[in-house]
Amino acid sequence: MIKAAVRVTGQQEIAKDIFELRLRGEVVREMTVPGQFVHLLARGGFDTLLRRPISIADVDLENRELTMIYRVEGNGTRNLSEKQAGDVIDLLGPLGNGFPVDRPRNGQTVLLVGGGIGVPPLYYLSKRLAAKGVKVKHVLGFSSEAEVFYEKEFLALGETHVTTVDGSYGQKGFVTDAINKHQIDFDILKACGPTPMLRALEQQHPHEEAYFSLEQRMGCAVGACLACVVHVQGDETGAEYRKVCKDGPVFPIGEVVL
Amino acid sequence: MNRLQVDLPGLSMKNPIMPASGCFGFGQEYAEFYDLNKLGAIAIKAATFEPRFGNPTPRVAETASGMLNAIGLQNPGVDQIVAEKLPWLEQYDVPILANIAGSAMEDYVETVKKISEAPNVNALELNISCPNVKEGGIAFGTKPELAAELTKRVKEASELPLYVKLSPNTADIVGIAKAVEEAGADGLSMINTLLGMRIDRKTGQPVLANGAGGLSGPAVKPVAIRMIYEVSQAVSIPIIGMGGIQSAEDVVEFFMAGASAVAVGTANFIDPFVCPSIIEDLPGVLDELKVDTISDLIGRSWK
Repeated sequence: MIKAAVRVTGQQEIAKDIFELRLRGEVVREMTVPGQFVHLLARGGFDTLLRRPISIADVDLENRELTMIYRVEGNGTRNLSEKQAGDVIDLLGPLGNGFPVDRPRNGQTVLLVGGGIGVPPLYYLSKRLAAKGVKVKHVLGFSSEAEVFYEKEFLALGETHVTTVDGSYGQKGFVTDAINKHQIDFDILKACGPTPMLRALEQQHPHEEAYFSLEQRMGCAVGACLACVVHVQGDETGAEYRKVCKDGPVFPIGEVVL
Repeated sequence: MNRLQVDLPGLSMKNPIMPASGCFGFGQEYAEFYDLNKLGAIAIKAATFEPRFGNPTPRVAETASGMLNAIGLQNPGVDQIVAEKLPWLEQYDVPILANIAGSAMEDYVETVKKISEAPNVNALELNISCPNVKEGGIAFGTKPELAAELTKRVKEASELPLYVKLSPNTADIVGIAKAVEEAGADGLSMINTLLGMRIDRKTGQPVLANGAGGLSGPAVKPVAIRMIYEVSQAVSIPIIGMGGIQSAEDVVEFFMAGASAVAVGTANFIDPFVCPSIIEDLPGVLDELKVDTISDLIGRSWK
């Protein structure tokens, strides 16, 4: 865990309110586990105080360059979207526990399922798995055509299905509909996206080996403030918990209450 | 001579900086960033008698120059804190201020008895001001006679020095402060968070699942300064000041208002190194003011 200054090398809007930001710095060498995240200080006015947790979408270890894809939601991400090449950003990370990349054996198939702004961390994961010789398939869900991104990039790595809730692009419906319709088979499932999506996947594939990356509002992002806790499955006392920032954000299926 | 040394009941501090209760867990997370021996003291997360999960999420929301939280006193309960959390902290030579919360007087008393048995707790901080628990808690912090009664009961239950953490959510903070001083408090901590709320424009509902939450961060600093200024002139026990501290300059302001030590809370979330940075910067700020020791500044604004 490192606090470091990184320099913006480029930024562009790749879909509606979705920005791709590239950052360079020595700290990028540490970012070897897909599914981890960074906590960024992106102040632009007097009204943003806290850091913003953002997932790692891709890492170029050789050039020490990190790519993040995020959606402009409020003041902090708007400030971030105004950063230009040459600007310096204060970064804390890499944080959290990512997806286990050593799990799938050669010849196994991994299905990667992403929803909206949960799609980005799957790209680094898919690249790493594909490089290991693992067969990857993707189902990417978006709300409408305007928000679709990285379809081409995922296609280059393996079979890719896109769904939109309103049917304006790809298959109409949710990611679970696409998995059913195409009867996609796999050995391991890895997913990132809104909690209702993860819950639907858990209900549809309760007996598969699966890993889910959770989204949650965070404060410190290092495990101290307890802002981002989730309940543990099967805990009758109700007092047990996991911290999304420190114990997660990736959890094996069945560990936490979605 | 150590220019930063401050001595408060039970707390001999090599510098006046401690992380505030609830913003630092039990130290483990920040020990990954720096040596906790650098700190003047550590205020650990509130202990309750039983384990508490706390409130549903979302539990935090950013506000202009501040943040709201409604964690709800999540903690593993006093037994586990004494069995696991406090022994881990024994490796450090730093005084521990143990924060205690409860919903009924008996809870506080029983929790205090148990935590006082830990060999490395140097003083107690009585949380009578948490805005995020449904029953009790803040009621003790807003009624002088209740606050005094609780202070008396806790003093009878433990020989450790007792700091009462005051709520700003009251009409008469001086009245509460004088009442707990009379009841035997050895010091005060102030201020806890201010009750606030944010509404999500998309849903029309409060952002926090709990509805209201406690406001902290630089937004509350002037409120803390004003209250410490008033209370320090009305009591003769020392004050641990807190509320939006981010820099060595902020620390100086708190001392001038009347604090004898300070706690840093929300700023830890923005910069995990904020406490050691402030400690490092303090001598330079004292030089600028041409003062030898930081304790020379206590109450300078009204003395």
